[in-house]
Amino acid sequence: MSGFRILVGCKRVIDYAVKVRVKPDKTGVVTEGVKHSMNPFDEIAVEEAVRMKEKKLASEIIAVSCGPQQCQETLRTALAMGVDRAIHVITEPKEYESMQPIHVSKILSKIATEEKADLVIVGKQAIDDDCNQTGQMTASLLDWPQATFASKIEKSNGDLSVMREIDGGLETIKVKVPAVLTSDLRLNEPRYATLPNIMKAKKKPLVTKKPSDYGVDITPRQEIVSVEDPPVRQAGQKVESVEELVTKLKEAGLV
Amino acid sequence: MFRRRLTNVVPAAVKFSHQHNKFFSVEAAQRVAPLTDGLVQSLQRIVGNNNVSQAMAVREQHGKDESYHVCAPPQVVAFAESVEQVSGVARLCNEHRVPLIPFGSGTGLEGGINAIKGGVCLDVMKMDKILAVHPEDFDCQVECGVTRKTLNNYLRDTGLWFPIDPGADASLCGMCSTSASGTNAVRYGTMRENVMNMEVVLADGRVIDTAGKDRRTRKTSAGYNLTNLFVGSEGTLGIITKATLRLHGIPESSVSAVCSFEDIQAAVDTTVQVLQCGIPMARIEFLDEVSIDACNKYSNMDMRVAPSLFLEFSGSPKSLDDNAEIVGEIVKMNGGSDFKWATDVDERNLLWKTRHDILYACMALRPGCKPYSTDVCVPISNLPKVVVESKKYIDEAGVIGPMVGHVGDGNFHVFFPVDQSNPDEIKTVHDVSVKMALLAQELDGTCTGEHGIGLGKRELLLKEFGETGIEVMQQLKQTMDPNGILNPGKVFF
Repeated sequence: MSGFRILVGCKRVIDYAVKVRVKPDKTGVVTEGVKHSMNPFDEIAVEEAVRMKEKKLASEIIAVSCGPQQCQETLRTALAMGVDRAIHVITEPKEYESMQPIHVSKILSKIATEEKADLVIVGKQAIDDDCNQTGQMTASLLDWPQATFASKIEKSNGDLSVMREIDGGLETIKVKVPAVLTSDLRLNEPRYATLPNIMKAKKKPLVTKKPSDYGVDITPRQEIVSVEDPPVRQAGQKVESVEELVTKLKEAGLV
Repeated sequence: MFRRRLTNVVPAAVKFSHQHNKFFSVEAAQRVAPLTDGLVQSLQRIVGNNNVSQAMAVREQHGKDESYHVCAPPQVVAFAESVEQVSGVARLCNEHRVPLIPFGSGTGLEGGINAIKGGVCLDVMKMDKILAVHPEDFDCQVECGVTRKTLNNYLRDTGLWFPIDPGADASLCGMCSTSASGTNAVRYGTMRENVMNMEVVLADGRVIDTAGKDRRTRKTSAGYNLTNLFVGSEGTLGIITKATLRLHGIPESSVSAVCSFEDIQAAVDTTVQVLQCGIPMARIEFLDEVSIDACNKYSNMDMRVAPSLFLEFSGSPKSLDDNAEIVGEIVKMNGGSDFKWATDVDERNLLWKTRHDILYACMALRPGCKPYSTDVCVPISNLPKVVVESKKYIDEAGVIGPMVGHVGDGNFHVFFPVDQSNPDEIKTVHDVSVKMALLAQELDGTCTGEHGIGLGKRELLLKEFGETGIEVMQQLKQTMDPNGILNPGKVFF
């Protein structure tokens, strides 16, 4: 049992193929009756963990999801992909709406310590809030090294060699274990859950906990003031000459 | 007797002629009188002002598919957002005897949506809801704007998929309309075997469910098989607005392999023998050396340039090993070599992506060209003969003709890259294609295994069914569409 114990974060989000609609009261987006699924970057994280287990680099994978009851569906998908057991940190739907990376990272770091994890792998960001903070905050709370936007993860003696996608191109760094990794798009292509694996997943252990079990206070620290659609695009105007353009700009008070 | 009543659809004589320019020109659309403002306004009242367009760019987009047929734009494009709107548009067009052509993803290969008689093109892609998925029953119901990749993406957590895979991201109801198939047909069948029910709008606006509303049983003996009447009717009998489809389990594990042979005969013989062993193949694809060369260049691969087979087995890990061994022996028996296995999922995906990009790879051999695709299908035992003879025809004509085939179904394609604007080239290629189709028909086969008749194969359909068969089809057409408004000029004259 010399392989890594990996903790993977799986967030339940609105499915990326859905056309998101803003609620008429502008307090948020419509989630009722809308298809949800695992955050695509988290799927990539789960896939990477499962591949590491297949290569015998990892010995156990634990998936974690924070949120309302339906998060268990997300965890079952992770179990069907090859995760060994799951932890559901349950919150009320209302509490979930105001949950932030700071809360999730506190929970993840407590679980990582409790479960004696060697690696925490999460998606680089969630497709609903695009925060790109949970991985980094978790590393900071644990005082662990972090390798974010990973597009390739390889073992290098006892440590990891991680290729990262950065603005300038690709950067390869060596990371000592234990560490936090966040997955980027090109890390891998996640597998589909097959029917036999979905059946097997129903028997894998899934425990439910509360944030208070980890001593984490999920009182909201932000208040959403309003959520609106981007403004409707106005029709443009065609002009026949530069002079006309200048005249119109002057009329609009722009020059 | 029937031909006279169909004069607005059938020309004076159904001749076996090579008058290509008549079918390939945009002038045909321009001979039709412009639509009246009154009609356009009526359309706007049905679908809304913002869902009707007479802009040339929109019309051109809706006047061509991915075939070599020159664009024949409709006179107006309407976008429907509900089956009630589709029904209203049909009723309107029927009253005014205006041609009506349903439009899905525009990825057809036979000019099926070209508006050679002008009229209204009804784009149905806005109706894009996945209405229901029943995982325990292995079925789902979708609207006409849902494409197959969208459906499979939606299904990914259920362990199910819709395996009919024609390459393009086609609309599922468009696939019903052309009775589509793909690389997986050898294992899962074609659309004919996988459509359980459809909601169809008829020429006069009536709406029916071909198996009865909401019915989704695995089998039925109730009444006429209306579902399979409309599957493959290419928009000439009704407009499909919903489909209930059969789903299958995603295979547990898969292994892919490529092997090359000294000649085509060996490759095709191998296929025949593998199938006769009863081994459950997921895919058997043949590529000749011209195709392999195109793939190497386009996809940066490094395969041996020789007739090759791409194979895929799927099932439980244990059965894979056994099957792979047997197939390996058959390959060796036929002098095959370079047996490259790919178990790693990334490697497998790369292999099949290479195969799927074959159309683009072939076009890249002559940039700026469009694909003229043949599609003959014969009983598997006749496959070696038709493939070898076809290669001779292609070589004699001196054209580039990469061959790609779902040999497991006895079906293969030649993707000729043609210059759309060069009628001589098109004629040369057309002649080879007709020779191949006639040979296939002589060998108990069909001129089109999966692409449909569309514009280019109407003469061949007559040869295939004979006059009486075609008469029966025309009788049905006359009953379902007495004014001949639904996609006129397609399937038959």
